[in-house]
Amino acid sequence: MSAPRRRAFADLFRATEIDARLVGMLGALVLIWIGVDLLSGGAFLTPRNLWNLSVQTASVAVMAAGMVLVIVARHIDLSVGSVLGFVGMIMGVTQAEFLPKYLGFEHPLIWVIALAVGIAVGAAIGLLHGAIVAYLGVPAFIVTLGGLLVWRGCAWWVTSGRTVAPMDDAFRRMGGGIEGAIGAGWTWVVALLALAAIAFSTLHARRRRRQVGFALRPVWAEVAVAGLAGLAVLAIVLVANSYDLPPRVAERIAAERGLVVPPQGLSIAHGLALPVLIAVGVGIVVTFLARRTRFGRYVFALGGNPEATELSGVDTKRVTVLVFVLMGVLCAIAAAISTARLNAATNAQGMLDELYVIAAAVIGGTSLGGGLGTVAGAMLGALVMQSLQSGMVLMGLDTPLQNIVVGLVLVVAVWLDRLYRSRTLKGSAG
Amino acid sequence: MSDSRPPLVEMRGMRISFGGVRAVDDVSLDLLGGEVVGLLGHNGAGKSTLIKMLSGAYRPDAGEIRIDGRPAAINSPRDARRYGIETIYQTLALAENLDAAANLFLGRELRSGWGTLDDVAMEAETRKVMARLNPHFAKFKEPVRALSGGQRQAVAIARAIHFNARVLIMDEPTAALGPQETQQVADLIVQLKKEGIGIFLISHDIHDVFDLSDRVAVMKNGRLVGTARTRAVTKDEVLGMIIVGTCPAAAIPGPDALAVGSA
Repeated sequence: MSAPRRRAFADLFRATEIDARLVGMLGALVLIWIGVDLLSGGAFLTPRNLWNLSVQTASVAVMAAGMVLVIVARHIDLSVGSVLGFVGMIMGVTQAEFLPKYLGFEHPLIWVIALAVGIAVGAAIGLLHGAIVAYLGVPAFIVTLGGLLVWRGCAWWVTSGRTVAPMDDAFRRMGGGIEGAIGAGWTWVVALLALAAIAFSTLHARRRRRQVGFALRPVWAEVAVAGLAGLAVLAIVLVANSYDLPPRVAERIAAERGLVVPPQGLSIAHGLALPVLIAVGVGIVVTFLARRTRFGRYVFALGGNPEATELSGVDTKRVTVLVFVLMGVLCAIAAAISTARLNAATNAQGMLDELYVIAAAVIGGTSLGGGLGTVAGAMLGALVMQSLQSGMVLMGLDTPLQNIVVGLVLVVAVWLDRLYRSRTLKGSAG
Repeated sequence: MSDSRPPLVEMRGMRISFGGVRAVDDVSLDLLGGEVVGLLGHNGAGKSTLIKMLSGAYRPDAGEIRIDGRPAAINSPRDARRYGIETIYQTLALAENLDAAANLFLGRELRSGWGTLDDVAMEAETRKVMARLNPHFAKFKEPVRALSGGQRQAVAIARAIHFNARVLIMDEPTAALGPQETQQVADLIVQLKKEGIGIFLISHDIHDVFDLSDRVAVMKNGRLVGTARTRAVTKDEVLGMIIVGTCPAAAIPGPDALAVGSA
């Protein structure tokens, strides 16, 4: 492209006000998917594999959403894997050993109580970490390094290392699988809600800008952005709805509902998996917190200039504590997904997750210097990591080689991000 | 000045120590509405420390602050802001990763009816204030990191004056600026003075403040050398106050200032 044409293209792109880094990440993801698909002989880009990929990503993605805010506030949390293990164990014991004594097995309240207990424990752990960091002045690196050892030890202590299984049936839905998918019909309902939300937010933002007389985005840009988002939603729905349940399960369901099985066989789609919906929900909520609330604004201000934030009259200690509480709650949600998926709570659960979570956040553009990062980027980062990993499994690479590749990708991704930043000097908040 | 009205700000016997060192020792100073007081002294003379007690960043060991003649309890930056005291720090104290509007409203965000941040309204307000300070400013969407020194200064000043400040503390306001931007800040100070705002202008460079100040106050080694009407003293006399700690005849000496000739 000639220079003026390139500039014209850049202007067009700017008119859309899309985050260029996010587009870059999506591009990288598409390249990885196509590359892995070619190398694995077409085994990657199948509805079945993509569906599994989405379920496998959910737990790390949930924690990555919280890790972004922790890192943005110039802290780190090395304990998330251990907290996941400990909280998972607590939830496992609660639903498989404690509650059945009083309520009986498979009581409809069991999953709610187990989840609530887990979230409360996660929040309490976060509160403890945050209070030590904020009020006692111990660096987060040390507090959570200690937490990594402490909570892993506590997880062992709950059952003396014994694995707890099986989980409550309703609870298991949070882990995906056949029971944990919402089916084609509900998937369309979710899709329609998502499309409505896209349309509403586009129109709302436009109306608000017009009220105060700001320049509006050109209509073509609004349509293009909303249209692309809508197409992405439809693509996801089509993939989720073309992954059929195994024939025998489909026949069982047909029998339960008194349906006649046609001679060519029955096809019932999985639809979206619950853990994926949970992760998306977490992503939306945390993005909302980060961009639309005072709490989020202060987290970013704290990362940009802690002294200035303090001098502005912000209670920075309270903000720090809240960041860690949020991280603890998200660890608990991730623990629910992961124990439900495994149908067991084990002592080793979540081991090394802290590294994947931090890597996902960093690949997703979170600056370790603080003040910069997006929730969507981190969750995409989690998807990139998981894509690489399961792609390499499909290609039959050995585990040591997988680790080497993931390690290299992490370093190269951060290097590319630095290059991009030093070129543009443009940050993004939220 | 009418004698019946109490000064806007009175600081009496302010004292603070850090690790045994008396950074500010028994300093009393006042400020009237619409007055500019230049606070002068070497680096480490205690100017910034004194003023940080007024802005709530430090808590004094002893001393009393009165606003409009009434004792004021200032224990945090938030308290100071409640009394209409706004500070522009030497370091500007901006979050470089946030845009101008986010910085301007930091700690005092405008919120919508649902309790969420109203970024659009904040940007609109920011556009209004900035139009007054720096009409050419257009980088509303960029993080402050991408702004020039003068533009950052404008954001810092906008933040101070937007919330109806009555007392403005400017710590080395022109240190990072070019000649043209310095002139802009000077014009602004004259304008704010007309609006009845009292301004403390802190500097270690006498030339920065001499033309703008109604009075100068000089500190040395944590103590007040003296205060003087700017028109009543020469630059050389003020330099003598700063460097040697001598107090010329036209000045009101501090607690233990040296008279001219005794040093």
